Amino acid sequence: MVLQAVFMLFSAMAVGAALAVVTNKNIFHSALFLVVALLGVAGLYVLLEAPFIAVVQVLIYVGAISTLILFAIMLTRRLMDASERQRNEQWFISAIVAVGLFIVLVLSVGQVHWPVVHTDVPENHLNRLGQDLMEHYVLPFEVTAVLLLAALVGAIVIARERTR
Amino acid sequence: MIPLHWFLIVAAALFCIGLYGVLSRRNAVGILMGIELMLNAVNVNLVAFWRYLDPLESLGQVFVLFVLAVAAAEAAVGLALIIAIYRNRDTIIVEDIDLMKW
Repeated sequence: MVLQAVFMLFSAMAVGAALAVVTNKNIFHSALFLVVALLGVAGLYVLLEAPFIAVVQVLIYVGAISTLILFAIMLTRRLMDASERQRNEQWFISAIVAVGLFIVLVLSVGQVHWPVVHTDVPENHLNRLGQDLMEHYVLPFEVTAVLLLAALVGAIVIARERTR
Repeated sequence: MIPLHWFLIVAAALFCIGLYGVLSRRNAVGILMGIELMLNAVNVNLVAFWRYLDPLESLGQVFVLFVLAVAAAEAAVGLALIIAIYRNRDTIIVEDIDLMKW
């Protein structure tokens, strides 16, 4: 029962804050609500017995990506204060599409019979994860490293002020 | 134990909220925030499937780590593009960025 209650708490935190992210008039407040939503998702990871993913989520999303988003908002803020209209003309159709997709997803999730196995996560799972990253999945791992380097260089080149 | 369905429904809700944000925001940063929500929903799904269907292997978590890395790269390049556009055009409202629209 306690687990279910904690699950409800974290998912309400994530979904409620996500709703605030997409509906808030002030884009800066939206970014702050995004932090709350990402922390709620990190709580869900803890409930799923994936503490490493939860810590990585807090470090990368809450620590890095939301800081980046806040910086971008502050650098472009002058035009986007709270008086500006934040929704475009198609927001009503978008809402219908999103709600419709949600109904379809919930119905289809209910119909599938998932082959759930009732085993515990092995004690040394984190060791296993690290070993697999360095053995089975070493090629995608290295490609990801190259991708991150390319993104770093690309972001600097794009955002840099051109000086002649 | 919490049923698998609950996680899938929460992830579906997060995904649809993110989709609504992407489709309805005028601010490019708002659109990026919607994309981050959608990527998070996918990650919740992946971890839930790993925990309930295949907890002895590490494939699910490996996939989540790659999605996280790609999301970080996407956010960095996307925000750099937004800042570059703002510098050149003085706006980040996506409807006004129509240079290549005929």
